[in-house]
Amino acid sequence: MIRFLKIIFLLFFLGSNSFAGSDGELELKKKSKTTKDCFEPLNRATFAFNQGLDKAVFKPVAKGYRSLPPPIKKGTGNVLNNLSTLITIPNNVLQGDIKLAGINTGRLVVNTTIGILGIFDVASEIGFPAYVKEDYGQTLGTWGVGPGCYLVLPVLGPSTIRDTAGMFVNVMGGDPYYNISVNGNNEYLDGELYAATKMLSAVEFRATNIESFENLEKNSVDFYASVRSLYTQDRENKIENNQRGSIKVIYKEDEDWEEIDTK
Amino acid sequence: MRKIFVLILFFTICISNFNIAYSISPDVFIQSTVNRASKVLSENISKEEKINQLKEIARETVDIRGVGFYSLGSARKKLNNEQKNIYSNLFENYFLKSFASRLAEYTNPEIDVKDKQILNDNYTIVNSILVATNDRPEIKIDWRVYTKNPDNPLIRDLIIEGLSLARTQKEEFASILNSNDGNINALFKTFEEFSNK
Repeated sequence: MIRFLKIIFLLFFLGSNSFAGSDGELELKKKSKTTKDCFEPLNRATFAFNQGLDKAVFKPVAKGYRSLPPPIKKGTGNVLNNLSTLITIPNNVLQGDIKLAGINTGRLVVNTTIGILGIFDVASEIGFPAYVKEDYGQTLGTWGVGPGCYLVLPVLGPSTIRDTAGMFVNVMGGDPYYNISVNGNNEYLDGELYAATKMLSAVEFRATNIESFENLEKNSVDFYASVRSLYTQDRENKIENNQRGSIKVIYKEDEDWEEIDTK
Repeated sequence: MRKIFVLILFFTICISNFNIAYSISPDVFIQSTVNRASKVLSENISKEEKINQLKEIARETVDIRGVGFYSLGSARKKLNNEQKNIYSNLFENYFLKSFASRLAEYTNPEIDVKDKQILNDNYTIVNSILVATNDRPEIKIDWRVYTKNPDNPLIRDLIIEGLSLARTQKEEFASILNSNDGNINALFKTFEEFSNK
């Protein structure tokens, strides 16, 4: 209970800047969505380090993962998704989406029991709505906290001040899986297993994007800036809960397009 | 008087039908463009030949000049006419090489046009999906089509799973300009290096 209160306090503390001295809504509309790259030289150096690490470790491991039989990859992906609902549910609540929190709780129960620890996505098979992940960075974003400066974290990759703060909430009690693994007294789970799970998530993500990254790197004039742009666009969409391909995403920057007249 | 009115009405109807007959619906335009590209990608020809044919399709269907000036952002307002011409030429070479080699990696992609949304007289968004295969899931692709001239619609942006390629390119160019105190020659040099790779 104390841990939960700590999370709420931390999130409100982080979110308070957007509300102080304003009527909230007005301030949110005025707030710039631009993510500044305040630490660009350092970020570029970390990016280069991560690229080296990726070529030496993650990419070869991801290629190995890709060669596994499809049912194993599918089952692994399902287990990781099921674990992520433990973070999604409290964020649904914090974003005021109680109905979705209920649906995701149902999904977690069904997949963990009938789906044998999440190996099988039974919930989707029986008609649960498509699962959308949420995290504490997104919650801060929906509360009106701006992204702050862009950051490239060693090993973990692109982030922002806000999203990094969101990640800290996970290890301060916001991720039940972390709490049970690292702080819980049980014989089945421990910190190493938690770290291995997170590593597996990274490998799975990398494995599904091998060609996309290669293609992007090969055809970019500034690969670092491309990754930064794609990360910030993706986070904006997620925070606004835009369904990909929705008109809200497409409408962005219309004024700039209207200025270009080549006819 | 009545005969004149009937005659004017007749000509008005004829002219409006003539226009309709020659304008092309943006969704039909996109489906026909992706079908052309798919045909090239599934042909048993060399990669080089595929890239050349894809470049030709891009020249006909993409508003390369418009995409170029959009990608340049506010820096476009500072260029003189000579710099604009140099930029347009260099950008076209860069764009065609980048666009064609990105597409050439795919073999026989199946894209289905699903819907369209008219934003205004100048723009229509065409929604499509890249059909899933064993190696990748279904991907949503939206096309920003410039419809100012309805007889000759042109593609201005691809939005893949909510991520705009034009915006990504714009932020890339801005990064290069920022690192070089806004010197456009640095961008020209980058284009030349990319095209000569």
